[in-house]
Amino acid sequence: MLADVWLVTNKDLRIEWRSRVTFNQVVPFALIVLVLFGFALDTNRAVLRAATSGVFWLTVLFVAVVAVTRSTMIEISDGARRALLLGGIEPVAIYFGKTLAIAIQLFGVELLMVGGVIFFFDATIASWPLLLATCVVATWCVAASGTLLGALVANVAARDTVLPILLLPVLAPVLIAASRAFDDALGVLVVDGWVWLGLLAAFGIVNATLGTLAYGTLLEEA
Amino acid sequence: MPIVELRDVVVLLGRFPALSGLNLSLNRAEVVLLQGPNGAGKSTLLRLCGGLLRPHSGSAVVLGHDLCTARAALRCRVGLLGHDSALYDDLSVVENLRFFAKAARLPPQTVVAALDRLELSRQLHSVPVRQLSAGQRRRVALATVVLRRPELWLLDEPHAGLDQEARNLLDELVAQAVSAGATVIVASHDHERTLNLATRTVTIVGGAVATQAQTAADTSSNRRL
Amino acid sequence: MKNIATSVDAATTKSRATQILGFVVLFGVLALILLGFFAAPEDDEQRDAVRMIFVHVPSAFLTYAAFSVTAAGSLMWLWKRSRWWDIVAHSAAEIGVIFCGLTLFTGSVWGRPTWNTYWDWGDVRLVTTLILFLMMVGYLALRAAGGEENAVATRAAVVGLLAAVNIPIINRSVEWWANRTLHQRSSLTDGNLEDLTLFTLVVGIVVWVLFFVWAMIHRFRIGWLEHQLRDIELQAAIAGRRAETANDPTGGSLP
Repeated sequence: MLADVWLVTNKDLRIEWRSRVTFNQVVPFALIVLVLFGFALDTNRAVLRAATSGVFWLTVLFVAVVAVTRSTMIEISDGARRALLLGGIEPVAIYFGKTLAIAIQLFGVELLMVGGVIFFFDATIASWPLLLATCVVATWCVAASGTLLGALVANVAARDTVLPILLLPVLAPVLIAASRAFDDALGVLVVDGWVWLGLLAAFGIVNATLGTLAYGTLLEEA
Repeated sequence: MPIVELRDVVVLLGRFPALSGLNLSLNRAEVVLLQGPNGAGKSTLLRLCGGLLRPHSGSAVVLGHDLCTARAALRCRVGLLGHDSALYDDLSVVENLRFFAKAARLPPQTVVAALDRLELSRQLHSVPVRQLSAGQRRRVALATVVLRRPELWLLDEPHAGLDQEARNLLDELVAQAVSAGATVIVASHDHERTLNLATRTVTIVGGAVATQAQTAADTSSNRRL
Repeated sequence: MKNIATSVDAATTKSRATQILGFVVLFGVLALILLGFFAAPEDDEQRDAVRMIFVHVPSAFLTYAAFSVTAAGSLMWLWKRSRWWDIVAHSAAEIGVIFCGLTLFTGSVWGRPTWNTYWDWGDVRLVTTLILFLMMVGYLALRAAGGEENAVATRAAVVGLLAAVNIPIINRSVEWWANRTLHQRSSLTDGNLEDLTLFTLVVGIVVWVLFFVWAMIHRFRIGWLEHQLRDIELQAAIAGRRAETANDPTGGSLP
């Protein structure tokens, strides 16, 4: 089971390593969004600092849509989804494998973005452990819902428009909770970030459970 | 017990009845040549037998697995060579095969064995599938089938895009598989080539069997069980 | 097949019972207007604006009721694969989106005179309801995107359940985030309402529930007729394919 999860993750990451789609397109996209928010939010340091957490996680959500689309496309181009089915891997292993692959890629992009907000937004890190923990847990949340919805829209003709319509509202609590936790980690707001992390964890568990239950059905029938 | 037992099977692609009440019963070690005009439902029949489609109505049992309930278990035991090659474009030939071998819990040496069997030169092993020619891609796809030693081979226009040498190789592979007890269904327009192997021809028109006939190969050999 | 065809030709979503129910709803709305505008007293603080409660609260109640029906129908589709439940889920979602839109609209219109703003990001119920609205619009968009009937039903069912399990989390997150609320406590339970206002509100809820039932019956019947129609088309398509087989020009001529 774990070996199969890693097999799928390894395959997706290897494909990314070869094609560099995320690295070559998503990273510049994320940085451009950050810079544009900088323009939009004025040269006012105070405004920029107050908005940093929200801007950061909103950008992550946009990046997630791109990453999920890519992860889905790998499996539909040239009958590869069929290959995954014929391979005889348990759907649950496929689900966690693909979730993990998206999460690892997003986490990498987030680390670069942390550098971006420190550089462009003048952010200071008050608590590295909280910052990293938030990135890990929130990324898992985004990847878990994203992988589920990616499989769900895989055979829909209008998948490119339907995916964000479905995914972004579902991720609203992740945006809220991760931003608050970041507010604490960046020392912008006096809140208890660790409590927010708990909420994120709950989201991650609930949505991964639903994904575990539904993924096989979606692969077979939808 | 028949290997394939289809009764009045309807399969929908979207809202289109690709199979419209098909009946077919195949025994072990048969080689079936599937023919019929374009759009007759040949590919759909192969994908159904491969456990990729769910019948809309009728009863379908392949290798003892009910296609309504046990497609996952069936898929591990069949080898399907479809129109598209079902390979990951960005991975190399060896990486693709390793993935399928690991997924099917086969030892790593089967990968090299399968590639050698398909006579794919060592230089090609580390080339991304994206860069292969259509014929080479087809060989790699065949290697993924050979690798798994399936009990039921489902070949959709297997000769398309292959050169003479590869075609001979394919025939050899099929003959070998059958003598090892596998059952083969080949959809092909290349009658002359496939006929000398076939024990039976089945003609599909309009999503159902129009005619079927035993062939010389069947009556002259006694390999059928 | 012919029977179904003729029954679809003569198809209607109307029946004696729904006609009566429809009239009751119409009468109920009339009664609600009279009670709401004339009988119920105005509020000490909110003046006439309080009358919005008679539409807003029943709509909000029905929104959550309808989406609960969608969640239940989704679960039943995945469990039993029954077309009946699939159509129930779809019908309830469509009607629920209308109620949800009405809730948001009446809420913001009411908010303007009482809170001095149409929208407040700090309010849990507003924001939760808005996100639910967006999710269900996505649900309908997914349904509208089409595809094979069973596949559409399965996809939609997963989204229906996804919305249902996430609502408590969204609610919690907004509540912590805002940590303040303009929204008044539940109107029904805090006991501050005048007797006649409370009575009118109860009438409003009853009328809305009846309307929901009426609309559900009609919408369900439309869904069922659509399903039958697809079935007829399918049978015709299968018959057409079989005719191809029977008239096979090459029949038997190949070796």
